[in-house]
Amino acid sequence: MDAVFDNLPRYLDGFSVTLLLLAVSSVFALVLGTVIAAMRISPVASLRGFATVYTEIVRNTPLTLVLFFCAIVLPYLGSTLPYVVAAMIGLSVYTSPFVAEALRSGINGVAVGQAEAARSVGLGFGQTVTLVILPQAFRMTVPPLINVFIALTKNTSVAGGFFVAELFTIGKELANARGDAVIAVLLGVATFYLLITVPLGLAATQLERKWVVQR
Amino acid sequence: MSRGAAVLFDAPGPRARRTSLLVSLIAGVLIVIGLGWIIAVLAAPREGPGGLELPGMFAPTRWDIYSDPEVWLFIGEGTLATLQAAAVAAALALVFGVVLSLLRSAQSRWIRIPTAVFIEFFRGMPVLLMMLFILLAAMTGQFWAVVWALALYNGALIGEALRAGLAALPKGQREAGLSLGMRQLQSKLLVEFPQAFRQMLPIIVAQLVVLLKDTSLGYIVGYNELLRTTLNNLGSFFGNRYLFSLFIITWVIYLAMNLALSWFARWLSRRTESGGGGFNFMKRGARGGPVLPSMENPAMDAAMRGAESRQVGQGST
Repeated sequence: MDAVFDNLPRYLDGFSVTLLLLAVSSVFALVLGTVIAAMRISPVASLRGFATVYTEIVRNTPLTLVLFFCAIVLPYLGSTLPYVVAAMIGLSVYTSPFVAEALRSGINGVAVGQAEAARSVGLGFGQTVTLVILPQAFRMTVPPLINVFIALTKNTSVAGGFFVAELFTIGKELANARGDAVIAVLLGVATFYLLITVPLGLAATQLERKWVVQR
Repeated sequence: MSRGAAVLFDAPGPRARRTSLLVSLIAGVLIVIGLGWIIAVLAAPREGPGGLELPGMFAPTRWDIYSDPEVWLFIGEGTLATLQAAAVAAALALVFGVVLSLLRSAQSRWIRIPTAVFIEFFRGMPVLLMMLFILLAAMTGQFWAVVWALALYNGALIGEALRAGLAALPKGQREAGLSLGMRQLQSKLLVEFPQAFRQMLPIIVAQLVVLLKDTSLGYIVGYNELLRTTLNNLGSFFGNRYLFSLFIITWVIYLAMNLALSWFARWLSRRTESGGGGFNFMKRGARGGPVLPSMENPAMDAAMRGAESRQVGQGST
């Protein structure tokens, strides 16, 4: 256990990098994902097609490959981004289709009857969307979105494989340095991850229960 | 809202159609120009260190190794290693999933609660960390580290999906089993479980896509799977010159494998949804077949949605 407490400052260093990766990537993934989701439900056919192809391709590419591209192929192509920034780009791009799908599933989850009812009482397109559809879609979207960010938290560990000194890398180094306390060291790392993922998971479950749309 | 847009606004008239077409054309042209620009930049020769001129990414000198069958043999070996790890891990994950879902829905809380904690623990931890843990603490070698970590993680997720399926079954199913004189476990295994499994099959297959993708984490812990074979081994053997082309080929192989599995999952879920092909007895009532009224099952729909929303991205390393 002392292997963990002795190295607490290093753990916290790694943890802060993990949190930074998580924060920046979630913001960009949210923006990119919203754009993709909007394209996906837009009436313009070419945008829909592009968004669909983008979603399919990015979702079916392993994250390791995405980050490999950002960390090793991009510099080879002439980019001079620091590894942390490259990792943030990779994580955002990789997470964006999941965000888009969560948003879209929220909108798709609203019963057609709701839109029909709104139309039948004479609401226009804008009113139907902002007053009837979106409020319901939002309630259904937040819990799956939280789950996407839980996944993102865990995915930041992959950046550790590509020269970013976050929690996973620190754990690996400490485990190599303290061969006698490998289990304690790695459980320490796991605790830090659980510190983010478990509360988020509980929040998602709570919100899901609280915000479920009664039909 | 799946057929949503049609309800949200009136059928477009000639003017709206023209605008839509125009926007479509402009967006299409912009997208094509963007892609063309990327390709042009990649194809242009660039300046290397020391003023050396390097050939563009599509120059033949960057692609000439692929006429050598030896290279393809290597790539094939890597693909095989990836598929091997995925297959073993998938089999183990299914077994774990079944066992966990049974334990998680057990009668005794002394079994139920520790199982829940176990599942939460494995769901909340990065797979990569688990691989490292198994590699260092259990010293099983790279292959088994990758396989065990993937099996535990995906097993926990599959277990949760199955449990949701079990919980959403109509109560009558279990009662019928019990009334025939089955014991709890018998009714679970013989009556409830086959139904839950069938309902959750699309989600489980989707999870297997995640598993296949995650085998590439083996790259980081040193297992010689596809990514490592091509980009690390071949890349350092033939030199940096081929890094880009190797990357493209690896990418295409991954896309082919994952898209095939994804489409299979989607096909399965369509099959279960529509009740075609004799898969789904739940909804056949709608077409006039003999079915109990209680079989129209909103709970199962909710469970599917719940499990799906939890899965969306949850296991998306």
